[in-house]
Amino acid sequence: MSGLTVESDVDQASAGQRPARRGAAARRLVDRVGRVRELGILVALVVVVAVTAVANPAFVSPQSLRDLLLNASIIALLAVGQTLVVVTRNVDLSVGSVLGLAAFLTAQTFAANPGLPLLPGLLLGVLIGLACGALNGLVVAAGQVPSLVVTLGTLYVFRGLDFTLARGRQVNAADLPDALLSLGSGRLLGIPNLVLITLVVIAAGALYLRAYRSGRELYAIGSNPDAAVLAGIPVGRRVFVAFTVSGAVAGLAGALWMARYGTVDAAAGTGLELQVVSAVVVGGVVISGGSGTVAGAALGALLLGTITSCLVVLRIPAFWQQAITGALLLAAITVDRLVALRLAAALRRSSRAGRRDEGG
Amino acid sequence: MADRIRAVLRWETALVVLLVAVAVVGSVRTDGTFLSGGNLFYLGLDIAEIALIALPLTLVIAAAEIDLSVASVLGLSSALIGWLWTAGWPLETILPVVVLVGAACGALNGLLVTRLGLPSLAVTIGTMALFRGLALVVLGDTAVADFPASYTQFGTTPVPGTNLPYPILLFAVLAVVFAVLLHASSFGRAVFAVGANEEAARFSGVRVKRTKLVLFVLTGAVAALAGIVYTFRFSSARADNGTGLELAVVAAVLLGGVSIFGGRGTLGGVVAGVLLLGSLRNLLILDDVSTEVLTVVTGLLLLVSVLVPAVGRRLGRRVDNSRLGRRVDNSRLGRRAGRRAATSAAGPP
Amino acid sequence: MTARPVRRIVAGLALLLSGAVVLSACGGTTRDSSAGARNADNTTASANPNAELKKDLKITFLPKQVNNPYFTTAQHGGEQAAQAFGWQFKATGPSDASAASQVTYINTAAQQRQDALVLAANDVNAVAPALRTARSQGMKVVTFDSDAATDARDVFVNQASTQDIAVGQVKLLSEQLGGQGEFAILSATPNATNQNAWIEVMKTELAKPEYAGLKLVETAYGNDDDQTSFQKTQGLLQAHPNLRGIISPTTVGLAAAARYLSSSEYKGKVALTGLGTPNQLRKFVQDGTVTSFALWDPNKLGYLATYAAAALASGQITGASGEKFTAGEMGEYTVGEHGEVVLGPPTVFTRDNIDQFDF
Repeated sequence: MSGLTVESDVDQASAGQRPARRGAAARRLVDRVGRVRELGILVALVVVVAVTAVANPAFVSPQSLRDLLLNASIIALLAVGQTLVVVTRNVDLSVGSVLGLAAFLTAQTFAANPGLPLLPGLLLGVLIGLACGALNGLVVAAGQVPSLVVTLGTLYVFRGLDFTLARGRQVNAADLPDALLSLGSGRLLGIPNLVLITLVVIAAGALYLRAYRSGRELYAIGSNPDAAVLAGIPVGRRVFVAFTVSGAVAGLAGALWMARYGTVDAAAGTGLELQVVSAVVVGGVVISGGSGTVAGAALGALLLGTITSCLVVLRIPAFWQQAITGALLLAAITVDRLVALRLAAALRRSSRAGRRDEGG
Repeated sequence: MADRIRAVLRWETALVVLLVAVAVVGSVRTDGTFLSGGNLFYLGLDIAEIALIALPLTLVIAAAEIDLSVASVLGLSSALIGWLWTAGWPLETILPVVVLVGAACGALNGLLVTRLGLPSLAVTIGTMALFRGLALVVLGDTAVADFPASYTQFGTTPVPGTNLPYPILLFAVLAVVFAVLLHASSFGRAVFAVGANEEAARFSGVRVKRTKLVLFVLTGAVAALAGIVYTFRFSSARADNGTGLELAVVAAVLLGGVSIFGGRGTLGGVVAGVLLLGSLRNLLILDDVSTEVLTVVTGLLLLVSVLVPAVGRRLGRRVDNSRLGRRVDNSRLGRRAGRRAATSAAGPP
Repeated sequence: MTARPVRRIVAGLALLLSGAVVLSACGGTTRDSSAGARNADNTTASANPNAELKKDLKITFLPKQVNNPYFTTAQHGGEQAAQAFGWQFKATGPSDASAASQVTYINTAAQQRQDALVLAANDVNAVAPALRTARSQGMKVVTFDSDAATDARDVFVNQASTQDIAVGQVKLLSEQLGGQGEFAILSATPNATNQNAWIEVMKTELAKPEYAGLKLVETAYGNDDDQTSFQKTQGLLQAHPNLRGIISPTTVGLAAAARYLSSSEYKGKVALTGLGTPNQLRKFVQDGTVTSFALWDPNKLGYLATYAAAALASGQITGASGEKFTAGEMGEYTVGEHGEVVLGPPTVFTRDNIDQFDF
């Protein structure tokens, strides 16, 4: 086996005099594929909006566009956290329950302390999420057990905790401070506050994954966990951090959920986990780790949310909407896969052609 | 020593011990009601659909794939039964057609996974929405309930002379079939091989794609069968039947000790897992423990199901290492002694 | 190696199908052949109107789901009734509003030999087989809020007649719109029994000449989920630029729609009414998003249903039409047709009276 590798190395070195440059070209192509990916979602988004707008011009009114962004913002937030986890070849199914728990506890704290200022209250939500995420990360990293099982378990545990604490109660808009509700519905320079907060989180996530060493290491872990260990990456610690961040973001999403909807009971956010995973997958984050961007995941969330709204606006019969959403989801991942296969083939051809040229 | 630790910490053993504990505690706490024939009958009915779907899903997960669309296939099959029944079809035709449609749903999942190489988690989240959506298209907001008693009795009465529900009889038969398929056939070996290492399996001549496709088709067909059981058990065909069941089934399979990474797991463990979840749930409700506790306990059991074997493996490894370490030391000593001998033989320069 | 199983499975399925076709060709079980198989309820026991309410009754209270504030309020009403007489009152139930999980609790109540079950059915038919078995073992069954099949329960305590609710909703909307304009309905799930019944009656009511100016353009389903209802409201307003009103006959939907309207430019321009709890909507009535809406008092509903259960278990009533029983401080009630007891007309809440209510 090792003999083979040496042989091919020798072969390559003698055949190709510019292996480094060829590597760079390949990397550029891969980079472009990644960008094409996000461009693809953007194009899909524009097409969907345009088609709907032709049928009903009200769809591109400011109010409507604001609503589209608002609807997607909570899922997009969760998708940012999920991306960090998924690129490490893990998954966090507990985000819906974490959101619910954070939303209810924060709402209750606000309701019980009418004078509570906004920031500490929201911070409480983030801290609750952070604690939940840290627990997930600890069990996954220290126990070295599959994250899907762990977070499916904590999905039940956190939700059960939420039910136990809520005891059938509900917090209503009337119990919440006005400053909080206006955070949820207000806007700055015409853009809803929640959308701005989401954009900040997306930017922070993107910067971390792109520019920070520990962020890049998350991709290395997802591409090949064993190689990451051999390369000296503290895999356990990085995975722990990824889960903690995902939890904290879900906690923030919970606090914002409360601000936006005003009505919170123990069932808030039930079933959200699969929507988030859908958004991440549509956004081009590879479910088996190692590849994908935060911006892509957020765009995926926006695309899915927009499609849901479009179906209502286009007056598609209510009974057909879910089937169409499912079919579009399948179409999205299928097209993506076909494009990826085609590009990979092109990449192989070009590198083979390159080698032939250089050899001859 | 290591083997003994492993045997004790074998998850299947732990499940059986837990099951016995639940039975003992249950009958004490409820003055025997828990183990009464009537209660066991209801217990059996309650787990019927989850138990049925868990069988093929065990094989799917053992092959390192997953199917989250099972509950939607159940709903689609229920909706189809209602629709065709209203259209005047005879049940004797409807039921096999429904199973065939379930198999076709599974085939769609399988083809997307094997032909396009898409991850099954993503595919089945998509088909989960698609199949549930189709159920709504077929039956809309109507509920069909006028099924003949000659059929619904299979879901509401026990096998004459016993306390055995018919669906559990069906489950028992299928459990034997799937156990043989997984543990005593070349197909089962192929499933484990695919789950453990797909590349290696392919090189050793296993037809990986074919194996996976069969698994998805089987899962679809059995999920449709569970839809039939569900429809007759409640004598109600609705598009939203079984919503949210997918995570409960996955939880049951994982609790049974099947590795989510594939390659490892036993059908016996899954049967014990299903029984444990069902009886625990039954006991807690019978003992007036609130639903919240039930949710938390399910989650904790799942966590324990992965943590205990992991701890077991690590303990076992430590014991192995210390034994291995001793052996290494001995050999090193030997080598050093040999080297010393060699140097002395060469003599000082 | 794996080709054989495929072929075997395909062959097996084909065999199954062909067998079935042959079977059905020689006369299968179809809908027509089995019609009318089920016999109607035949209550043979006779009521003793002078019987005392028993002291040692065991009553199980089973809402649609446990974490729903509406049912929590109803449960408090039941508890009050039970405390007054010293009955053992036990509230339990699933955390999801599905019939399948409810059946487990019905079976358990039968196993626990409870005297009576007070439940809000998640599905008319799906709970029926379990209820019939429980009744055959001597348990009395009272449904409230949403009914089960008539022959599967003894008495249904209806919050208000279907007619009253539906007619009232249309009237409230018509008043707010001046009898003119397009409107939509935001319902619960597509399968919700109550909502579907009300919507049916609303449609009949709309056919009357006095409502000729009102036009129902769409029925949307928010699935009794806050977020979904919120988004469906947005969708409705975009899909129908001329929409002037929304009726949401479900508490979750109405609260979500009100929340959306209050923060949008449609506030005050689009009328909203429906069924909701005063606590959820107080804020939106005060800020002018909602002018008026209706509901019954869930607390009284739970109270009445629990008394009905006790009257049944004590032999005061059997569920036959015309029987009377006294529901504690709420006074005397009469069992109507099909074993139905009606709580009374719904209360209409406006800015003037909303502060008198706390539920």
